[in-house]
Amino acid sequence: MNNARFGILVVVGLLLVVLGLSAFTVNERELAIKLQVGQVVKADYEPGLHFKIPIFQTVRKFPRRILTISDQPERIFTAERLALQVDFFVKWRIVDPVTYYTSTGGSEIVANDRLSEIVRDAIVTELGKRSVQQAISVERVELMRDMLDSASVTAEGLGVDLIDVRVKQVEFPEDVRDSVYQQMREERARVAAQRRAEGREIAEERKASADREQIVILADANRQSQIIRGEGDATAAQIYADAYNKDPEFYTFYRSIDAYRQITGQPGDILVIEPDNEFFRYLNQSDGGE
Amino acid sequence: MAWNDSGNGKDPWKKEGSEPHDLDRIVQNWQRRISAIFGGGGGGSRSPGGASGAWILVGLLLIAWALTGLYRVDEAERGVVQRFGAYTVTALPGLHWHLPFPIETVDIVNTEAVANYSFETEILTADESYVYIQMVVQYRRSDPVKFSFEVVDPEVTVQQVTESALREVVGTSSLEVLVTESRDEIAPRTREILQNTLDTYGLGVTVTSISLENLDYPPAVQAAVDDTQKSRNDRDRYILEADTYAQSLVPQARGQAARILEEAEGYRERVIAAAEGDASRFEALLTEYQQAPRVTRSRLYIEAVQEVYQKSNKVLIDADGSGNLLYLPLDKLIGNPNRLSTADPGRSLDSRMPSESVAPDESDAARDRRTRQ
Repeated sequence: MNNARFGILVVVGLLLVVLGLSAFTVNERELAIKLQVGQVVKADYEPGLHFKIPIFQTVRKFPRRILTISDQPERIFTAERLALQVDFFVKWRIVDPVTYYTSTGGSEIVANDRLSEIVRDAIVTELGKRSVQQAISVERVELMRDMLDSASVTAEGLGVDLIDVRVKQVEFPEDVRDSVYQQMREERARVAAQRRAEGREIAEERKASADREQIVILADANRQSQIIRGEGDATAAQIYADAYNKDPEFYTFYRSIDAYRQITGQPGDILVIEPDNEFFRYLNQSDGGE
Repeated sequence: MAWNDSGNGKDPWKKEGSEPHDLDRIVQNWQRRISAIFGGGGGGSRSPGGASGAWILVGLLLIAWALTGLYRVDEAERGVVQRFGAYTVTALPGLHWHLPFPIETVDIVNTEAVANYSFETEILTADESYVYIQMVVQYRRSDPVKFSFEVVDPEVTVQQVTESALREVVGTSSLEVLVTESRDEIAPRTREILQNTLDTYGLGVTVTSISLENLDYPPAVQAAVDDTQKSRNDRDRYILEADTYAQSLVPQARGQAARILEEAEGYRERVIAAAEGDASRFEALLTEYQQAPRVTRSRLYIEAVQEVYQKSNKVLIDADGSGNLLYLPLDKLIGNPNRLSTADPGRSLDSRMPSESVAPDESDAARDRRTRQ
């Protein structure tokens, strides 16, 4: 009875061991292939629990998820032989685990190297055809189109699918950066100088215009002024002429004695007079010399 | 949430087909099954002592193993349940139980929490300048299944694609356009490219927002940019100053012009008035003159000459032929008119006063004497 029980336990134990050796799981993140003495016997595994013959058959698993290659920035020369630092990444995934296994030995490093080599060559070729400016504004779509043409054969041979290649950065090398900054500063300085000059231009125009207006206003006023003064002079002359023409001889006499009065008779004047003129006629003779 | 709260139909106890409330009963159930496997009868009742103790130990281990299948999903989370690695179900918030390891496993993914990815970078623009950008990307792991199974390093992938998408948007515009016009388009366009790319990868992430925190000239150029900003103010200032000048100058000129005109008018009125006055005076005199020309003429003449002589210093020379010997020190006469005061007593009194050296009473006496004369 105890022996029988022990026997059952041994059998159950052995079954468990066999089960443990023959069962394997494939999860959602994996692809698996079953090998029998180096030969692939089954590859299309769904995720879940699967079995194999222990020892004779082995299972290799590969990632099913999308993988990334993100290398160091690449130094690439453009069409005008200028260097650019290009930082890119590649998204890829294994689609055919059998081909992948046979071509790379299942090593992700090998696959990485092969793929990044293809992609780098494609980028070098692609950007090498462009000027710096075109290289900067290159879009993913254009890059991918040419990339896929040249890379698809290789990728197929590796059993992988190139999902995407994207340029993360296009950069000038460190020493060129400074000169770009300098150029930008100069560009800003140019704009600043231009703005200030424009300001001075407009200011000068407006000042000059004001000056002109001032000159015109004053000149106009002076012209008017002379006309008015002339009118006054003319009218005055006419008035004088009208009055004095009534007796020109008397006017001359009247005006003369007035002038004598004006020009002489200032304090300090000294008149040296011989009293034989009209005024002193009666000074010596009461009858005036008659 | 109560651990036995069913209602979503995913209650793990029910899956087992046993009564949900009674742990003891489950244990008994298991014990029964195991006993059956080993050909035993009533759960160790037939073999008391050490054997029964071993069964209890096995039972306890089994219970402990089963309990490892308990898990809780928070309100913001989803549980991705896999049986032997194959996806079976997405567990909603609540307390759940899965078949213990290694049969089933669960990955808990927070689908509500918003992850932040902020970065700052300088990007080359289409016109070979640099633009400085600070950006914050917010995203949610909206599809826990895809998030768990499709891409290695989903978070890093979001960062890589964001940078790439931003470069694609910025690289096709010039700096001037970026800073001014298309500033508002950058975030939406980046978001569109980012989301589309992530969708082709099947990343299971939804970008909830991209905000452009800062978009500017690089710090290395900032001083020059500030100066450019200042130049705009300078330009406005120059123009304003000119306007101030112009606006004060022109009215001033108009005022000046008005003054010139007024003065001219004044001059005209004045000369005319003077002419009229002079003319009237002359005419009035002429009328009188014509009535008695001889007398009037003499009177006018004598009055005028009297006035002339009266105001002046004069030397009367009344000696015919003596002109040759006559000595007149004219320079002294002119320099010292007071010496000749005797010729004009009235005038000399006035002019001598300031230089008088005699005492005031003497001077008064002299004045009295003269006045009496």
